[in-house]
Amino acid sequence: MYVALKGGEQAIDNAHAWLAEERRGDPSVPALSATQIAGQLGLAVDRVMAEGALHDRELAALAIRQARGDLIEAIFLVRAYRTTLPRFGTAQPVDTAAMALQRRVSATFKDIPGGQILGPTFDYTHRLLDFAAAADPSPAPRAAEPLPAAMPRVLDLMGAEGLIETPPAAAGDAVADLTREPLDFPAGRDLRLQALARGDEGFLLALGYSTQRGYGSTHPFAGEIRIGTVAVEFVPPELGFAVALGDIDLTECEMVNQFKGSAMAPPQFTRGYGLVFGHGERKAMAMALVDRALRAAELGETVKGPAQDVEFVLSHCDNVQATGFVEHLKLPHYVDFQSELELVRRLRRAAAATLAAEREAAE
Amino acid sequence: MTGADYNFAYLDEQTKRMIRRAILKAVAIPGYQVPFAAREMPLPYGWGTGGIQVTAAVIGPDDVLKVIDQGADDTTNAVSIRRFFRRMAGVATTEHTAEATIIQTRHRIPETPLAAGQILVYQVPIPEPLRWLEPRDTETRRMHALRDYGAMQVNLYEDIARHGAIAKSYDYPVLVNGHYIMSPSPIPKFDNPKMDRSPALQLFGAGRERRIYAVPPHTPVRSLDFDDYPFTVQRWDECCALCGATDSFLDEMIMDDRGSRLFICSDSDYCRGRQGAGEAAE
Repeated sequence: MYVALKGGEQAIDNAHAWLAEERRGDPSVPALSATQIAGQLGLAVDRVMAEGALHDRELAALAIRQARGDLIEAIFLVRAYRTTLPRFGTAQPVDTAAMALQRRVSATFKDIPGGQILGPTFDYTHRLLDFAAAADPSPAPRAAEPLPAAMPRVLDLMGAEGLIETPPAAAGDAVADLTREPLDFPAGRDLRLQALARGDEGFLLALGYSTQRGYGSTHPFAGEIRIGTVAVEFVPPELGFAVALGDIDLTECEMVNQFKGSAMAPPQFTRGYGLVFGHGERKAMAMALVDRALRAAELGETVKGPAQDVEFVLSHCDNVQATGFVEHLKLPHYVDFQSELELVRRLRRAAAATLAAEREAAE
Repeated sequence: MTGADYNFAYLDEQTKRMIRRAILKAVAIPGYQVPFAAREMPLPYGWGTGGIQVTAAVIGPDDVLKVIDQGADDTTNAVSIRRFFRRMAGVATTEHTAEATIIQTRHRIPETPLAAGQILVYQVPIPEPLRWLEPRDTETRRMHALRDYGAMQVNLYEDIARHGAIAKSYDYPVLVNGHYIMSPSPIPKFDNPKMDRSPALQLFGAGRERRIYAVPPHTPVRSLDFDDYPFTVQRWDECCALCGATDSFLDEMIMDDRGSRLFICSDSDYCRGRQGAGEAAE
């Protein structure tokens, strides 16, 4: 009988034992190792690193296995670990122009110094299920070695002519951090970009898409997308010079957007920026669209689409917050609901009485 | 895997008939956007699924297909779509505009004038020309039905008031057969005059937005403008660095990190043809 009322402790233990059994699956099939996940489900790992806001492939892989492949659950696990880590300072800004590239494409120029490099991409594959591969997952041929580093960024090449806005100068150490300070509005671009970088890929994808369909249009072109590895450097105060802490994988997208000019500025192209951990091209592109849309007020454009509404976007882009609150509706609400029941019954009785009185008066 | 696992040109015959009915209706009402039940395709939405479905519905084993993107046959997405039809329909393909019976295009109309009997299939991302003025489909359909096009004229006028010119360089709206306003797809406005009274059949497919529309041969297509601000097309100070053309649409290439530029024809077949003709004359 469901009316167990108390005894939740036993119920929880049983449920979690069942979960562990389901997670393991058929015991006659070998268990997945985190190494296999990190190696062969790399894009799932990248998404968990990006939205978990922690660059650690092994932990992300472990989280994916523990979460039975539910990526938002895995992101949640990583976030809950990340929040316990001590913080010892702010790294130097990473130099993506010096990235060791795997992929670099521009949709704005047919040829660019350094060339277009497709890299390991799904683009231009035909999405036909490969039934042959199911029977024989033979080892893939090895692709060519990584390319020479330090290719100039396409938008920097455009900057020389003044055709594109100059990016704001580095603001020194004073970078906002929503994990240490409460999110407050109006939010500066640094804070917005941090929120978007941690934000849900699906949510940003839908918002970015909406701007392409007329809900706050930004006239975007993918100026450049690059994927590769960069060094993270840190200046310890006691040393006073930069030391390399390690390498991280990044995807960067710079959108070029039409801007017809204002009373303050001549017509020129503006920028939308996306940066995520790992290989996350879809997310980086969506982020760049939304970043540019969120600059509507700053650039004197009419705010008419949801993607241009800073408060709406930043308050709803975090999937750990969103999933928690949506799913909290599963928790007991007996007391609130009982109060509603009592109220609705009373109102219905009152309404019935009024109706009866009116009928009597009419007769 | 080969095309043998699939029907000729990928789609099943029932789907092709459904698409052909939509095409027939589109031809009967030039510039009108006919809704159709676009299928999921093995290429991503926004990469030409509408054009591919239209091509798949009209192509036969004897057709000769040309696929271009940005005017060129060697662009990655054109290569991918050409490969798709070679695999799924086994048809002959060509890079020569004059040899093709069907030309599927993204963002350009070939420089070589099209002839009667040819079909130009456009890949269309946003079929609704009024989308940037009104995002809701229910409203834009009403506007088309009533030819309530004042907002579009006002929009173009506002550009002139602010910038002294209509600040639209591609996807420049046209009036088809004096009736419907239509999006020419994001071709540069340089190509708009080629649509007017073309002897070829022009079909437009938008897969994600589930719309097909058409311009039948010899149909008047007028780019919107004002008497005192007539429609004009782009011109370059440079000529093509490879073939010397001064009458074609030119792509700009960045040659080095000091900002050196080079301009060459976007239409690779046209450019090659002119280079060949130049050599033959020498």
